[in-house]
Amino acid sequence: MPDILLHMEGISKQFEAVVALKNVDLSVRTGTVHALIGENGAGKSTLMKILSGSLKPDAGAMTLGGAPYSPDGPKQARDAGVSMIYQELTLAPHLTVEENMTLGVELSRGGIIQRQWARAAEALAMLGHANIDLRKKVREISLGQQQLVEIARSLLLQSRLIIMDEPTSSLAREDTLALFGAINRLRQQGVTFIYISHFLEEIQEIADDYTVLRDGESVSSGCMRETTIPRLVAHMVGRPLEQMFPHHPHKIGAVVLAIRGIDHPPHVNKVSFELHAGEILGVAGLVGAGRTETLRFIFGLDDAAAGEITVRDKTFQPGRGHHPGSSLKAGLSMMSENRKDEGLAINLPIRNNISFSSLAKFSDLFGRLKLKKETKAVTRVADRVAIKYANITDPVISLSGGNQQKSALARVLLDGSGILLLDEPTRGIDVLSKVEIYTLIDELATQGLAIVLVSSYLPELFGICDSLAVMYRGKMSAVRPISQWDEQAVMRWATTGKA
Amino acid sequence: MIKGLKDKLAVLGPFVGLLFVFAIFLIISPRSFISGYNLKTIITQTVIVGIGALGMTFVIISGGIDLSVGSLIALVTIVIAKTLHLVDVHSSLGVWSAALLAILVSSFVGFLNGFITAIWRIVPFIVTLGMMQIARGLAKWLANEQTVVAPMTGLNNLMNVDPEPAWLIFAPGVWLMIGLTAIVFIVLKYTVFGRYVFVLGSNEQAARLCGIKVRLHRIWVYTLGGAFAGIAGVMQFANLTIGDPTAAVGLELDIIAAVVIGGGSLSGGEGSAVGSILGALMMAILRNGCNLVGIPTYVQNILIGSIIIGAVAIDRLRHKK
Repeated sequence: MPDILLHMEGISKQFEAVVALKNVDLSVRTGTVHALIGENGAGKSTLMKILSGSLKPDAGAMTLGGAPYSPDGPKQARDAGVSMIYQELTLAPHLTVEENMTLGVELSRGGIIQRQWARAAEALAMLGHANIDLRKKVREISLGQQQLVEIARSLLLQSRLIIMDEPTSSLAREDTLALFGAINRLRQQGVTFIYISHFLEEIQEIADDYTVLRDGESVSSGCMRETTIPRLVAHMVGRPLEQMFPHHPHKIGAVVLAIRGIDHPPHVNKVSFELHAGEILGVAGLVGAGRTETLRFIFGLDDAAAGEITVRDKTFQPGRGHHPGSSLKAGLSMMSENRKDEGLAINLPIRNNISFSSLAKFSDLFGRLKLKKETKAVTRVADRVAIKYANITDPVISLSGGNQQKSALARVLLDGSGILLLDEPTRGIDVLSKVEIYTLIDELATQGLAIVLVSSYLPELFGICDSLAVMYRGKMSAVRPISQWDEQAVMRWATTGKA
Repeated sequence: MIKGLKDKLAVLGPFVGLLFVFAIFLIISPRSFISGYNLKTIITQTVIVGIGALGMTFVIISGGIDLSVGSLIALVTIVIAKTLHLVDVHSSLGVWSAALLAILVSSFVGFLNGFITAIWRIVPFIVTLGMMQIARGLAKWLANEQTVVAPMTGLNNLMNVDPEPAWLIFAPGVWLMIGLTAIVFIVLKYTVFGRYVFVLGSNEQAARLCGIKVRLHRIWVYTLGGAFAGIAGVMQFANLTIGDPTAAVGLELDIIAAVVIGGGSLSGGEGSAVGSILGALMMAILRNGCNLVGIPTYVQNILIGSIIIGAVAIDRLRHKK
C-alpha cells in the first residue's frame, strides 16, 4: 500500500455569509488517481484552489509528503510540487510547444535563452507522446495534444501532485484514451493525480480512490473498486427536495415546436423532439453537454450543420432564412443563460431592455418611437413578473440579480411568443426570485404557452416540468413524462449517456 | 511540411509585398526612382517611422497600443532644442547629453503609460490617448507655442542623405535603425524578456500562472516604446533642425500601420522587428514613388489605407486555413 502523499484535514472556507467548505477531509495516496466528485457548487473548485495556493483556508491543516504544507500562492504550491491544470487551458497559443513547457522556468546565458529541447522531449516521452512536435505553435496542435503539453509542463516542474479539472470535457474519445494512457504511465512512475470530473464512467475507468463533496462537506470516500456509479450518484444528489415548486396541471395541446435531426458534431448529435402547447419540457445534462448549443440552433442564433425546425406551421432549415428575427416572427423566443453578456445591456434603462426585441410594436412607419405606449406596455409586463424597481428608466445594473433576470424574462414575455426557450433562468439568483420565476413559468404554461427549460439544477426540473429529456455529449435521451424519471436515472444518463 | 512553409510565408509576406510595390514603381515611375540618391532618400525617410515602429512592435505584441508616440516625438524635438541652448554645443558631450535627456524624458512618459495601464488597470488605448494630449500640451507649453530655433550641431548630420564622412553611404540614422532592428530582433527571439512580451499578448493568464511578473513586464514594454519614440524624436529633430511642437501630428498612426503591415496583430502575440521595418519601408516607397510619378497625396492616402486593410485581410485568410 502506497503512503499518503496529501492529507487535508478539517478544511473550512467561508466567503462573506456563504459557507463554501465545512470541515472537509481529503487523503490522497502516493501514486494513485483520486477522483473528486460533486455537483456544481459542491465546493470542489474552492478545495482545489486552497490546495493549489490560490486561496487560504479559514481553518484546517494540510500535509504534503508528511511535511506541513500551507502555500502562500500558486508559485509556492508549484515549487512544492503541486500543479493545477485548469479546464480552460493556460497555454499561450502563439508560442511553440517547447516555449510553453519552459514558460517561467527559462534558462538563459548572457541574456540569451537556452532551449531545453532534451528536457521537454523527455517530459513528453514520459507521457508516451514523444511524437508531439516541440517546434510547432500550440494553436496548431489539437486540443487533446494541448492537454498533454500542459501535463508535460507540470512534469518539467517536477510536480508530485497534478490536479486536473474536467480534463476530458472537450476531448474526443480517442484523445481521452490517449490522456488516460499518459496518466497510467505517470501513475506507475509514482506521480499522483487528483481528478475532477462529472463523467462517472470515466472516473470508474481511471481512478483508484474517490471523495464525494456535497454542499461543502465531504460526505463519502473510499476505494473506487468497492463502489458503484448508482451509489456515487446517491451520495452526490442526496438532498431533500425543497417545497418551493408550484405545480398546477397543464392542459397539454397540439405540437407547436418540432425539432428533427439537429446535428452539429461534436457539440450536438442528431437531436429530435416535439414540444406541445401548455407543456414545460425540462432539459437536464452537465455543463458542456450541448444543451445551450441546441437552444441556439433552434432559435437560429447559430446555424447547425443539418436539421429541421418547425415552429407551428413554419419549417426552417439552418442557414436558410433561419435567424432570431424569423424565429421571433414565428412566435419563438429565447432567453440566454448568460444575462450579463448576452441577455441584457446592463447600462441601459430597464424599459429599453424589456422592449428591445419588440420595438416594431412601439414605432410608426418612420421609425419614431411611441414612448408613452412603450412605457405603458413595459410597465405592465414588468409588474406582471414583479420586478422591484424605483423607476422604469433606471439602468438595469441598479437592480438585484433576481430582478435583472426577471427583466430578461419580461422581454421574452413582451415578445408575445407562444413558445419560450429558457436557458438556466434561475442561475445565480436568490431563492425568493427563484420561487417567483417558477410560479410565473407555471402560470404561463397554464395559459397554454410551450416552454423548454434548460437547467442544471435537478430539483427545479423535477419541481416544475411536465416532461424531461437529458443530454450527454451532444446526444439527447427520449422525452419522457417527469413521473418516469428519478434523480438517479437523470444523473446516470447525464454522466454515462445510458439509461 | 506545409505548416513549415506557411510559417515562412508569414515572414515573407511583408517582404513580397515590399518587392511588389517596388516593382510597380520601377515600371511606372521615371528613371530617377532608382537613382542612388533617391533610394538613399527613401531609406532615410523610413528612419523616423521605422524606429518608432520598433518600439511599437513590443507594445503591439504584448497586446497593447501606444497612441502617444507622435506627441512624444514633438516633445523630444522641443526638449533637445531647449537643452542645446543650455549646454556647450561645441563639445559633443554637451550635444549628445541633450539628445540623451530628451530620450529619457520620452522613456519616462512611456513608463507612465505602462504604470497607469498595468497598475491602475486602465486600457492602454485610453491611457495613451490621454498621454497623446498631455505630451502635446507639454511640448507647446515648453515651446511657448512657437518653433524653437536651435544652434547647428552634429545632430543634424544624423538624417543627412549625403552624410559626412561620405564612406558611410547612408545617413547615420539609417545605420542606427538597422542596428536597432537587429537588437530588437534578437531581444524578441532569443531573450527571456522577448518571450514574455509574446506571452503577455498571447495569454496573460498563462503568464500569471507561470509566475511571470506580468505588471512589471508590461511597464517595461511601454517604457521601451517611449524610449524608441525618443530616438525617433531625435531623428525628427535632426530632420527639422529646430524644435517644433506641432511636428509629427498623427505619426503614431503611420507607425502602427507599419507594424500591422509587417505582420503585427492588434490582438497581441504576433509581430516582428523585421516585418515592422519592412512595413515602414513599404509606406516610404509608396509615398516617394507616388510623388515622383505625380500621383496626388489624396490618392496616396487611399493606397496606403487599402494596403493596411489588405495586409490584415491576407493575414486573416492565412490563419483561417
